[in-house]
Amino acid sequence: MRMREKARIMDAEGIRRAVVRIAHEILERNKGTQNLVLVGIRRRGVPLACRLARTIEEIEGARLPTGVLDITLYRDDLSTRLDQPVVHRTEVPFDVSGKRVVLVDDVLYTGRTVRAAMDAIMDLGRPQVIQLAVLVDRGHRELPIRADYVGKNLPTSRREVVAVRLQETDGRDEVVIEEPCAADQGKER
Amino acid sequence: MPLKSHDVLALEEMDAEDIRLILDTADSLKEIMFRAIKKVPTLRGKTVVTLFYEPSTRTRTSFELAAKYMSADTVSISTTTSSIQKGETLRDTVRTLEAMGADLVVMRHPVSGSCHYLARCLDAPVINAGDGMHEHPTQGLLDLFTIRERKGRLEGLTVAIVGDILHSRVARSDIWGLLKMGARVRVAGPPTLLPPGLEDVGVRVCRTVEEALQDADVVQVLRIQRERQRGGYFPSVREYAKFFGVNAARLGLAKPDVLLMHPGPMNRGVEITSDIADGPRAVIREQVTNGVAVRMALLYLLLGGREE
Repeated sequence: MRMREKARIMDAEGIRRAVVRIAHEILERNKGTQNLVLVGIRRRGVPLACRLARTIEEIEGARLPTGVLDITLYRDDLSTRLDQPVVHRTEVPFDVSGKRVVLVDDVLYTGRTVRAAMDAIMDLGRPQVIQLAVLVDRGHRELPIRADYVGKNLPTSRREVVAVRLQETDGRDEVVIEEPCAADQGKER
Repeated sequence: MPLKSHDVLALEEMDAEDIRLILDTADSLKEIMFRAIKKVPTLRGKTVVTLFYEPSTRTRTSFELAAKYMSADTVSISTTTSSIQKGETLRDTVRTLEAMGADLVVMRHPVSGSCHYLARCLDAPVINAGDGMHEHPTQGLLDLFTIRERKGRLEGLTVAIVGDILHSRVARSDIWGLLKMGARVRVAGPPTLLPPGLEDVGVRVCRTVEEALQDADVVQVLRIQRERQRGGYFPSVREYAKFFGVNAARLGLAKPDVLLMHPGPMNRGVEITSDIADGPRAVIREQVTNGVAVRMALLYLLLGGREE
């Protein structure tokens, strides 16, 4: 399906400011870095979590433990998808029990990824609290899930696609809304 | 990017791309074995049947644990306690299992090619856990995984396989897998236990163990099946140990960072001496651990998310 760009929502500077603000909000809400850990959801949650960790280190001088979560094994659509997703490594090299875990992802949409991520984290231990930070909340939730920290609230229609591109994964920083050309149907990312 | 194969019957039939996908997936899944709670929900509601017509501890246990770590249900059937004793044919046995809802069948059988026959009778995927003298593909895959994990690659490595190549399904799977992944393979053993045609597929046949081990990156020592001695393949176990047993002196000919492997169960003092089997070059216990990770990967790739 061919997509065309409909609107540019954030550029590199916009993303940087959003990350800095979220970093401050995380510190404020958790009253510092005590027991705080960051876990990025593959794939684009991972560079975002690293950026948050760097920013928090600049502000507070403390390096937060940062992990990587692959949620493939916890997906609720494994038995219905025809294209089997490739499993990547989960690397959470610390105990999450008793920790304040901030999950990080690029886009919050149906909430199913976050549900899977919470199950994955719970299998690793019993955190004191789980919070959610996302760069973009585009609405259309299918589960009772909300984000604690949001870079930008972005009302969208289901046929649109929110493309988050990051330097580390895509070679540039931007958030754009795309939609299918002509009469093509919308498709979930 | 799913697996191209519907069943896992022989590494001879698998291409390098599928092998790489299996090894990469196993690499991702291995971490689950070291968690406090060793379970992911991925294969909930799937049933894996293990059907063993030959004795086995490690392979069967390995498959069952792999299935349980992925949340699949397991049923194990052994020949001594089942209606196989009443003369039921293989085809009828597995048809019955499929009618009860088995989603995947793991079989070990003394007849070469039996798993291919089974795969033709069944819609469910079949994994060969060893068929006669033919292949033991999951052992081959776990050996590849162990080497790749330790050495970072397979391509260009020199692997020596020592012992009874003729009767060894492990050797056959190792040879196919290693050649496909670009490793160099040498073999050594009593001439009566070397099958013809090895050179034709690109294996170097060595006259002595010393020649095979010289500067090798990996040494895989095969179990000597004692019943073969009664078959007249070699004069005595003692003589085998003297000429073909791998010991510290012979291992010293290999590269200093050589990996010493054995598919188990070991005959200590026959094909391998105890000091090196428990020594710093041995990765024999890692092979067992990696076997579970590789089997988890196969179950995921064959059962996870393809329900047309």
